[in-house]
Amino acid sequence: MLELDRVVTTYGAVRALDEVSLAVPDGEITAVLGANGAGKTTLLRSINGLVRPASGSITYAGHDLITSRIEEVVTYGVAHVPDGRGVITELTVEENLRLGALWRKNREETTASLAAMYAMFPPLDERRSKVADTLSGGERQMLAIGRALMSRPTLLLLDEPSLGLAPRITAQIMATLRRLRDEQGLTVVLVEQNARSALSVADSAVVLNLGRVVVQGAAAELAGDAKLRHAYLGF
Amino acid sequence: MRLPGILGRSTLLRNFLLALVAIGLLMGLTEVMSEYRNTQLADIAYTVCAAAGLTILTGLSGQISLGNGAFMFVGAYTVALLLKHHPWFHTIVGYNNREFILVLLASVVVAAAVGGLVGAAAARLRGPYLAGVTLALALGLPVLPDYSHLESKLGGHAGFPVTAPLQPGSVNYFRWQAWICCIAAVLTVFLLANLASSRVGRAFRAVRDDEIAASLAGLPVARIQILAFVVSAATAGLAGGLFAVVADSVSPGSFPLSLSLGLLAAAVFGGLGSLSGAVYGSVLITLLPQWSTDLSHQLSLSTNVVNNLPIAVYGLALVVAMLVFPFGLQGLLAQVWARARRRVGATRLATR
Amino acid sequence: MTPVNLIIYGMANGTIYGAVALALVLIWRSTRIVNFAQGGMLMFTTFIAWELVERHHQSYWLGLVVAIAAGLVLGAVVERLLVRPVENGPPLNAVIVTLGLLLALEAVAGMIWGNGLSSYPPEFSLNFYHVGHQVIYLSPNFLFIVIAALAVMVALYLLFQRTSLGLRMRSSAFNPEVARLLGVRVGRMLTLGWALAAGVGALAGVLIAGTEPNYMNPNGFDGLLILGFTAAVIGGLDSPVGAVVGGLVVGVALQLLDNYVSGDIDFFFVFALLVVVLMVRPNGLFSRRSVRRV
Repeated sequence: MLELDRVVTTYGAVRALDEVSLAVPDGEITAVLGANGAGKTTLLRSINGLVRPASGSITYAGHDLITSRIEEVVTYGVAHVPDGRGVITELTVEENLRLGALWRKNREETTASLAAMYAMFPPLDERRSKVADTLSGGERQMLAIGRALMSRPTLLLLDEPSLGLAPRITAQIMATLRRLRDEQGLTVVLVEQNARSALSVADSAVVLNLGRVVVQGAAAELAGDAKLRHAYLGF
Repeated sequence: MRLPGILGRSTLLRNFLLALVAIGLLMGLTEVMSEYRNTQLADIAYTVCAAAGLTILTGLSGQISLGNGAFMFVGAYTVALLLKHHPWFHTIVGYNNREFILVLLASVVVAAAVGGLVGAAAARLRGPYLAGVTLALALGLPVLPDYSHLESKLGGHAGFPVTAPLQPGSVNYFRWQAWICCIAAVLTVFLLANLASSRVGRAFRAVRDDEIAASLAGLPVARIQILAFVVSAATAGLAGGLFAVVADSVSPGSFPLSLSLGLLAAAVFGGLGSLSGAVYGSVLITLLPQWSTDLSHQLSLSTNVVNNLPIAVYGLALVVAMLVFPFGLQGLLAQVWARARRRVGATRLATR
Repeated sequence: MTPVNLIIYGMANGTIYGAVALALVLIWRSTRIVNFAQGGMLMFTTFIAWELVERHHQSYWLGLVVAIAAGLVLGAVVERLLVRPVENGPPLNAVIVTLGLLLALEAVAGMIWGNGLSSYPPEFSLNFYHVGHQVIYLSPNFLFIVIAALAVMVALYLLFQRTSLGLRMRSSAFNPEVARLLGVRVGRMLTLGWALAAGVGALAGVLIAGTEPNYMNPNGFDGLLILGFTAAVIGGLDSPVGAVVGGLVVGVALQLLDNYVSGDIDFFFVFALLVVVLMVRPNGLFSRRSVRRV
């Protein structure tokens, strides 16, 4: 279980996260929503250690994520797909995928995982030895997710996966996430601008505004609350 | 603290008065110092010329140069060749101001021209590429006298002596040399200070801080960068010309890589972009060899150590400076000053 | 010298320049810093080897191994202590740190071994081969140099492209943040990169020291740094292949210029070569990135 307790993260004088407390249940897809600048990306970066909170605590599976080094976080089962894809464009598709499984140092597992990824994302299979630079936006997103899955995470953090993608591809990705939740009990934290599509796939949702949690609850309820939607989610 | 009237408003006037005061002080200094000290003062002064130009190039316009020693080489050889081949200098009995100033001016102009060429060739280069090219320049120009076809004209590897004009009347030779160098240094710093606070200086800074924004704002980026090179080469050329006169001879061996690196060290120690820093830095790198030699004699160290100690200290100091005081002496002083000011201000508030 | 011989001789020299260039490129790719101290570092390790071989009469091979080992250690120490603090700051600071290190290394070497000239005893003969009556400007020593340099280059290529360690190092160089998220110890990879680069440089130093008598001198390797840098720049600082090719280009060009123009002004040719190449391709021949224009 991922728990945040009164986390404060600052950028200079600005409080990007202002006493955020959150509990993300295991085996569920939790959407993190809110306008631009609400603190969604900062939330993910704080969980990973890319940014260090000024106060508060973040724990997952018994590990204190704030005092951990960034390199250690993946060993706890946390995989992060940053916005902008986080694909290393100078490496090939296969190298990117292999990179995801490197920390496990288990060749058989890696080979098995690779096969599974290629099965899940056929376009990647076609482009195995192509440099990632040549991939389209949708393919890069698939690669980033595939690479994150190669590390066999129990918690997947996704930062705006649908940004710049065609709706068809976004739907494909959301379906994959649902399937992984059902089949593997994967916990997903999904940061999204596109609140509508996020709510359609999520189990619970958190809405941030100006660094604070304003609403937390079941996704269906939030989707049904028109006033809320208008105020914070733009639809 | 605002100065009264026009002094407060005009930087030019303020700088001018500062320059006059500086000249007065330095003249006084040369009167009381021994011949040896006067020679050191001359050394420091021409180093200031070169270091000041370099600190403007690197600190203000953001372009690194590891090769300003090569521009000194150009200036030195220009002066040396002119003094050698123009017999009218020798035949004139006594001292002739005008021609000598022209010769020094020639060193400035020729070095500036070379600086312009280098700047133009390097206009599209950034960071390490620029550093590498200027490093190659530092090694590449001073070998030209070794070229067999130019040997007769440039004196070859051994170089040749410089016939300096005689000093006026009964003035001590070394004091006179110190005068010339000090006046040149003050003049250089004065001109550079005004340049730095002028529109050109602002253009330098704009290009340094954000090239693309500057270009979008209509500034001719390449030309500005070339101008910065020209300025630093001109001052280095002057320094070289003065060096030729003070050292009485020129040879390729007088312009090794450590000269260029020493100038950079002076600019760095003083704080890049700071003219007063260039002065402190020049004092430091000129006196350092002597201090370390004295120190090693006191400690009776071996010859090998003695010979190499100054350079070891430079190198170490450069590393330490970057790790501990990236803003040089000037930056350090500024910090101390700011802290003192805050304390004074706080005391004032507290006593209200 | 016939043109063929010039080219052969130039290429033989060029493999050494290429090795130094490779060291510079390795460091540039991983930390975006040009290691101006490379010349000083390889000078120092070569002197250590020289001390063993010349003064203590150890074998050439022991000297070579010790030099490379010393290089690995020196590279790691320099990165960890001196470069790590300035890695993420303004590039000028890193330049000054490496320059300061260069000066310090040359001075310390001078303190330990003096500033005179000495020779590094080569292992193989320096006499040129003969084919019939024709002299080929290749000696057993040069052949050894070429083979050694190429072997190292191939080994590095295999390391980087075919091993998971190499994958980790490349990802650390290309995108350290993402690499960290994937569990790669980026800091260690950078230290390793510097260590390897210094090891390659150490090899190049020992190789070139034996090619001429009286090569050993604290300042004697400055030229090699500049030649290696020129080779790296010509090939494109991002490209290991470019480093090797650049080395060959510099080696041959210098040999031709030496022969047809003048042998006295090598440094000037290097400067001119550098300027010409950079004016045409400011990022080198093989670089993939183009110059940003507005």
